[in-house]
Amino acid sequence: MNAEELKNLKVSQTVDARGTACPGPLLAAKKAIGEIESGEIMEVLSSDEGTKHDIPKWCEKMEHEFLGIIEEDSFTRLFLKKA
Amino acid sequence: MEIDVEKQLEELKKKVGKLESGRKDKLTMVVFSGDMDKLLAAMIIATGATAMDMEVSLFFTFWATAALRDPKKKVKGKNLVSKMFGFMLPKGAKKVKLSKLHMAGMGKTMLENIMKKKNVASLDEMFKTAAELGVSINVCEMSMNLMGFKREELIDYPNLKICGVGTFLSDAEESKIQLFI
Repeated sequence: MNAEELKNLKVSQTVDARGTACPGPLLAAKKAIGEIESGEIMEVLSSDEGTKHDIPKWCEKMEHEFLGIIEEDSFTRLFLKKA
Repeated sequence: MEIDVEKQLEELKKKVGKLESGRKDKLTMVVFSGDMDKLLAAMIIATGATAMDMEVSLFFTFWATAALRDPKKKVKGKNLVSKMFGFMLPKGAKKVKLSKLHMAGMGKTMLENIMKKKNVASLDEMFKTAAELGVSINVCEMSMNLMGFKREELIDYPNLKICGVGTFLSDAEESKIQLFI
């Protein structure tokens, strides 16, 4: 999905993991995904560079659908749909 | 020479079936090093694996067991050699040294300051997180005996047990990932 499409998504859960270092964002995402239903959208905010690669891999393993990334100035927003 | 393809296929199927049913979504790791940096790497991998929904089993042996000591706990009835070991080895996760650039503690203090600034969890905090995430810790009985450590002086940790190499091997056998740090 492109940035425009991602911005228009109905996000059910936002996880703000900015400021935490590896494996913080992953653990935060894992905790938060338990609180939403299958098919709902979750957004992860992270200032950790590695998260850009980690979250897509995590989605692959957990069978969630990774939707895309929006790069902000000092952090990234990662979108996924719960399996 | 004639090759019995069907028979070979049958044997292969059996072998693949065994492999598939034998391996769980599990990580088993030998934690051997008592160095702060290596312990930190081990704990990051362990907690990260729980985020991947993996079962995690850590086997603490040799120098790593010292990191599991609780500095607040005191035990009596140790012989001289055990007392000496106890005195010379780090008492708990806060006291472990860096494998490089330790510089009598200066390097470690510097690294700890950087870690704080970058929000990297300390080793002590990593143990707490691991406990919450259900990471199990098995401590090698032989190492405990060699160093003269007692069960009573180890940290309060929910999934901690003292065991032998058999536990590690059976955990490792059924794990998709096995590591040695």
